[in-house]
Amino acid sequence: MKDYMAIFNLAENENDIRSLTTNRPIASVPIGSRYRVIDFMLSNMVNAGIGNVGIFTESNSRSLSDHLGTGKPWDLNRKIDGLFLFNHGLCNLMYTDSKVIKNNMEYIYRSKSSQVVLCSSYMICNMDIGKVCESHEKSGADITVVYKHITTADSGFSNCFTLNIDKSTGDLLGAGKNIGIGREADVCMEIFLMSKEKLTEFIYRSTSLNSLGSFYNLIFDQIGNLRFNTYRFDGYVSCINTVSSYFKANMDMLGRGVSDELFRTPERPIFTKIKDEPPTLYVRGSSVGNSLIADGCQIEGTVRDSLLGRYVDVEEGAVVENSIILQNVRVHKNAKLSHVIIDKNVDIDENTELKGNEYFPLVIEKRNILR
Amino acid sequence: MIHKNMVALILAGGQGSRLGAMTKKMAKPAVPFGGKYRIIDFALSNCSNSGIDTVGILTQYKPQQLSTHIGIGTPWDLDRVHGGVTILPPYMSEAGGDWYKGTANAVYQNLGFLDQYDPSYVLVLSGDHIYKMDYRKMLKAHIDAGAEATIAVIDVPPEDASRFGIMNTDDNGRIVSFEEKPSAPKSTLASMGIYIFSYENLKKHLREDSLDPASENDFGKNIIPDMLKAGEKLIAYRFEGYWKDVGTVQSFWEANMDLLKADNEVRLFQSDWKLYTETASIPSQYIGPCARLTDSIISEGCVIMGEVEHSVIFPGVRIGENTRVVDSIIMENCVLEDNVIVNKSILLTGVTVRSNNAVGNGTDIAVIDEGRVLSGSGFID
Repeated sequence: MKDYMAIFNLAENENDIRSLTTNRPIASVPIGSRYRVIDFMLSNMVNAGIGNVGIFTESNSRSLSDHLGTGKPWDLNRKIDGLFLFNHGLCNLMYTDSKVIKNNMEYIYRSKSSQVVLCSSYMICNMDIGKVCESHEKSGADITVVYKHITTADSGFSNCFTLNIDKSTGDLLGAGKNIGIGREADVCMEIFLMSKEKLTEFIYRSTSLNSLGSFYNLIFDQIGNLRFNTYRFDGYVSCINTVSSYFKANMDMLGRGVSDELFRTPERPIFTKIKDEPPTLYVRGSSVGNSLIADGCQIEGTVRDSLLGRYVDVEEGAVVENSIILQNVRVHKNAKLSHVIIDKNVDIDENTELKGNEYFPLVIEKRNILR
Repeated sequence: MIHKNMVALILAGGQGSRLGAMTKKMAKPAVPFGGKYRIIDFALSNCSNSGIDTVGILTQYKPQQLSTHIGIGTPWDLDRVHGGVTILPPYMSEAGGDWYKGTANAVYQNLGFLDQYDPSYVLVLSGDHIYKMDYRKMLKAHIDAGAEATIAVIDVPPEDASRFGIMNTDDNGRIVSFEEKPSAPKSTLASMGIYIFSYENLKKHLREDSLDPASENDFGKNIIPDMLKAGEKLIAYRFEGYWKDVGTVQSFWEANMDLLKADNEVRLFQSDWKLYTETASIPSQYIGPCARLTDSIISEGCVIMGEVEHSVIFPGVRIGENTRVVDSIIMENCVLEDNVIVNKSILLTGVTVRSNNAVGNGTDIAVIDEGRVLSGSGFID
């Protein structure tokens, strides 16, 4: 394997997941009871031995930089290489993701790696990136793009890039967007491998064209001009770009198969920030089933088919079903929750009843007190 | 040289032989405790929560696991540019080498470490007690009294007093005499093994003590009586709250069981005095559809399909279907397969219990050795 660096492009479309991203980018939305969205792809990179990671954020990155810190949980607090976070508080609406990267060209120049993995954060999977690198090097192509063949294009991966791949040769013929018509599609996982020179070329081309499109569009514009290699990923993946896909991805993690693949692949653990919470206490009278519970919780009530973040208290008589409760939430006595997503630091008062459904889970935003 | 007001020394070299199998592979301070901690985490977290940033840890008996656990002190915020945590094992010098002969000798051999920081005060702690304490308050009492030494004490029931070192004090809290495990105790103030010394005076006493061939080089037996004999001012600092010396299997088990209430005296769930420890990146605990959990604490990475009652479950434990765990402590990465009963037992790290087995008789505490595999079918106690 050649020497790779990873570049995270966090210009991710938040239009359909706004209620969870008012205070944070998608990358730092809490998921899977104790993780953040970016933990998965970041761990994938680290587990492949990549020790130089640049993260290009747009704005609103307080929560993300708090989460990443010096990169220690991912072993990226390093003297040589490590984690680089590029923040853009100066929010110019005309800035595109490629301009954000161009403004930090020096980082790319100075990096000693010859190859780049360019990716987004919101594709949840546990992938052996080393295998993708192998395929890229073996193919001799200019660019390798990773995709997943799905049969749920009508209900998930909305607005994701889709690839038109020649079935016999595997050549990339074109790219489009998933607009939800039909079930089968080859969805682009927004993971691209190329040389550093190629990446630099793209960046300069984009700024000279004054392009307003996304960086990925620029890459796809070169289909026909450059040699593309396609890599098919056959593991579990979900794209966190809508509230319902977020809800579904969390619920997927309650299944043994998905949970074992994501979290219990021994050579590829998923790393996250450590919080020093005590173990979770289950009091007499509590009833918990089919749920993922983070540490630091105190449970006296009922929790079914749900995910609880750190420091969630479920008081006596309270019932939480098919719900996602994020960190530091207190569900007071006899409250009833079904198909809801409760963001951080919310207090659910006694006897409150909240109900959404599988397709339209009810989202309670951060720091509300519901009475 | 940057002056540090107070440097802490944690005595962590003891074997803790009464803990039996638990200390076969590690020193007592490294023994896992409370669902995700090790015993020494209490003293270390007290230090960092009390704003002490320079800590020496004196090791001797089987220090490997303890040293690995402490590392460079990151979990306790003790990876510092100046100070931080330093592990202090016995060492060789030009004149030869010596094991640490007693608690006072261990500190005497490390005067060089202390001198680096030019401290005004030295805090000497045991690495094997369970308690939460703000050492700043104790230091204030020491300074306010103008004492040469301050000893933290706790009121114990009169019937237990003869098991401890007992301080007899006057009305102002000044220690007038000290008796180690007296048969007829005159007071109920037991020493907690926590001392603050004014450094220059301590240094003088340690040097004198080192020259006395008859001395056992122990704080309780030699240094404190020497100071009293010299007429120096020693005061007792009364601590109120939970404190437990987990010296025996029984008291270790009890102290773990003390954590199983929301309002437990250890204040495990209070976030104003966090307990820090080395934590791995593992997923949240998964509780299966038919699991039943009562009065238990469970840590991350566990998969619980069966029943857990009044127990402490460490990270990464798997409990199978129709398996029942009662009044037990199950340490990291144990696997209890289906149809297993574990009753009043302590399963050390990495024990596997195959299906259709029972462990423990419910009256005596059964301790199962690290990494043991209990197979076949039958009853083990």
